[in-house]
Amino acid sequence: MSELLQFLFSGLTVGAVYALVALGFTLIYNASGVVNFAQGEFVMIGGMTTVFLFDAGAPLWLACAGAIVVAMAVGYLLNKLAIEPARGASIVTLIIITIGASIFLRGVAQVVFGKSIHRYPAFSGEAPFVIGGATILPQSLWVLFGGAAIFVGLWLFLTRSITGKAVLATANNRLAASLVGVNTNAMMTLSFALSAAIGALAGVLATPITLTSFDVGVALALKGFAAAMLGGMGSPVGALIGGLLLGLIEALTAGYISSEYKDAAAFIVILVVLFVMPSGLFGRAATERV
Amino acid sequence: MRLKTTLTAAAAIAALTAASPALAEIRIGSSLSVTGPASFLGDPELKTLEMLVDQINAEGGINGEEVRLIHYDDAGDANRARTFATRLVEDDEVVAVIGGSTTGTTMAMVPVYQDEEIPFISLAGAVVIIDPVKEYVFKTPHTDRMACEKIFADIQARGLSKVGMISGQGGFGKSMREQCLDVVGEYGIEVVADETYGPDDADMTVQLTRIRNTEGVEAVVVAGFGQGPAIVTRNYAQLGIDLPMYQSHGVASDAFIELAGEAADGVRLPGTALLIADILPEGDPQREVVQAYKAAYEERYGQEPSTFAGYAYDAFQLLVKAIEEAGSTDPNAIRDALEATSGHVGVTGEFNMSPEDHMGLDLSAFRMLEIRDGEWVLVE
Repeated sequence: MSELLQFLFSGLTVGAVYALVALGFTLIYNASGVVNFAQGEFVMIGGMTTVFLFDAGAPLWLACAGAIVVAMAVGYLLNKLAIEPARGASIVTLIIITIGASIFLRGVAQVVFGKSIHRYPAFSGEAPFVIGGATILPQSLWVLFGGAAIFVGLWLFLTRSITGKAVLATANNRLAASLVGVNTNAMMTLSFALSAAIGALAGVLATPITLTSFDVGVALALKGFAAAMLGGMGSPVGALIGGLLLGLIEALTAGYISSEYKDAAAFIVILVVLFVMPSGLFGRAATERV
Repeated sequence: MRLKTTLTAAAAIAALTAASPALAEIRIGSSLSVTGPASFLGDPELKTLEMLVDQINAEGGINGEEVRLIHYDDAGDANRARTFATRLVEDDEVVAVIGGSTTGTTMAMVPVYQDEEIPFISLAGAVVIIDPVKEYVFKTPHTDRMACEKIFADIQARGLSKVGMISGQGGFGKSMREQCLDVVGEYGIEVVADETYGPDDADMTVQLTRIRNTEGVEAVVVAGFGQGPAIVTRNYAQLGIDLPMYQSHGVASDAFIELAGEAADGVRLPGTALLIADILPEGDPQREVVQAYKAAYEERYGQEPSTFAGYAYDAFQLLVKAIEEAGSTDPNAIRDALEATSGHVGVTGEFNMSPEDHMGLDLSAFRMLEIRDGEWVLVE
């Protein structure tokens, strides 16, 4: 029993990080139809900037806030300098641009931050909570509740606020949105900055557990993308459930079958889901109006 | 206009004449993984080589000839490494090569140097590089097999006999796991749990729970490098597992203590003298070499040299010594002199090469260390 509980804790901790990366994907996808493969780099920038501000003597909370601001600036610049000038290009071209941006950001991080692995102290100590014989770190709870808070905030923003609805409208039909007075450029910029902030927050919360280095973004982007596909690209609920599910599948496979097959099992489940439900668990089926 | 042309021509001629005396130089090649996933290996290695080349040239070179390092960055990519190997031999006409930060890049280059008869000193760990012996291939790091032997000898000395293993799925972890499983029987020890983790995994509590729940486990051996072993160590403390833990020389650096934090207390691992340079007892044969290298590196780069950097130091010094002994820059003469190396004290250990042994280190080159209160302590 305590064994199963331990596996669940492990899966939820890792899954929450995947979910946050997937949420970042969702936001930009909703605004532009682009899958932003530099999303993992936002996570890296969040963790790495915090490390360096903290090492430079800033209090931890200030370092975290600073990291999120830096990531938002990078997201803003990414949109202004790389995505906006290529407007009118096909979605595939834009996706390739984000892959290029991810390689570029990794290179810059390598020069600015160096190549070694870093971490900073957990927010509320290292002493684990013991629940039913299983243990969970306070920092894992930070990741889980932080993720939940962002999810609720994002959901309220997209469904309750005019600006959020404008973001969705931009995604749905850019021309129509601009005709009814939505500043579509601003909405794009906003969604890039916001998803950078979400990514960075994931990095900020998770780094005391996962450690960070200039190249952690690649694997995270891949897992986050898989989670977003599993849940349904474009659906915030899907991103959340997809991420947690992916983490749980990995942990349970490692726990009950073999750690060798953990990644394989996760991807097989995703393939099966996409085979049966091509738009993912919570995605809307694509409709083409003629 | 004409004046400009004349000037250009004059400059060109000057450059040509200036270039000819520089022909009397010894060209040493290297291909290292300075960027990419293995950059934490290649970066300090290149820094060490550059420092040593400057040092030796400042002292008048080898046998009066200037040394020139021709370096390529293979970014950990085996295909690129092979291309650079060919380029080093055919275009750059080097007399010897140092490099191959990883086992993968090393093995990709080996056939080139074997065919072209150029001595090659690898900085990678796996035992396959020098076993079976290849005529032109040498290496300076201890093998993963030796690390296993050192660890199991210590476990045996503690009177324990059942261990759980957790290994990384990367090249190093895989290779070390195989070597450990191969050699473990000789120590009367049994591996009762055998788990792995992926190179990017962020949580290993699942695997450790499985090991903890395995009947009879008395110690845990971790094979891997990078952030994985640090996370394993932290998860170990989180789960409150109270068994001796052994790590490999892959994490033998202060960075490991920093990353693993208090959880690292009590962890044992085989490391080199470089790691404990400051606490090496007086009279230790390596003390002087190790401290001098460490001081020089810190002065130039403002950071501590890693164990991996030490491998590059040894490779370069072995090569310099071989060229001096050979008294020529003929690759075959250098090779013969390398193979005849004996009693050479480096930062990794004492090298005694032979036609049957192209590494020349024995288990004494490994020191069993334990982390206590965030410091390295020698276990004897």
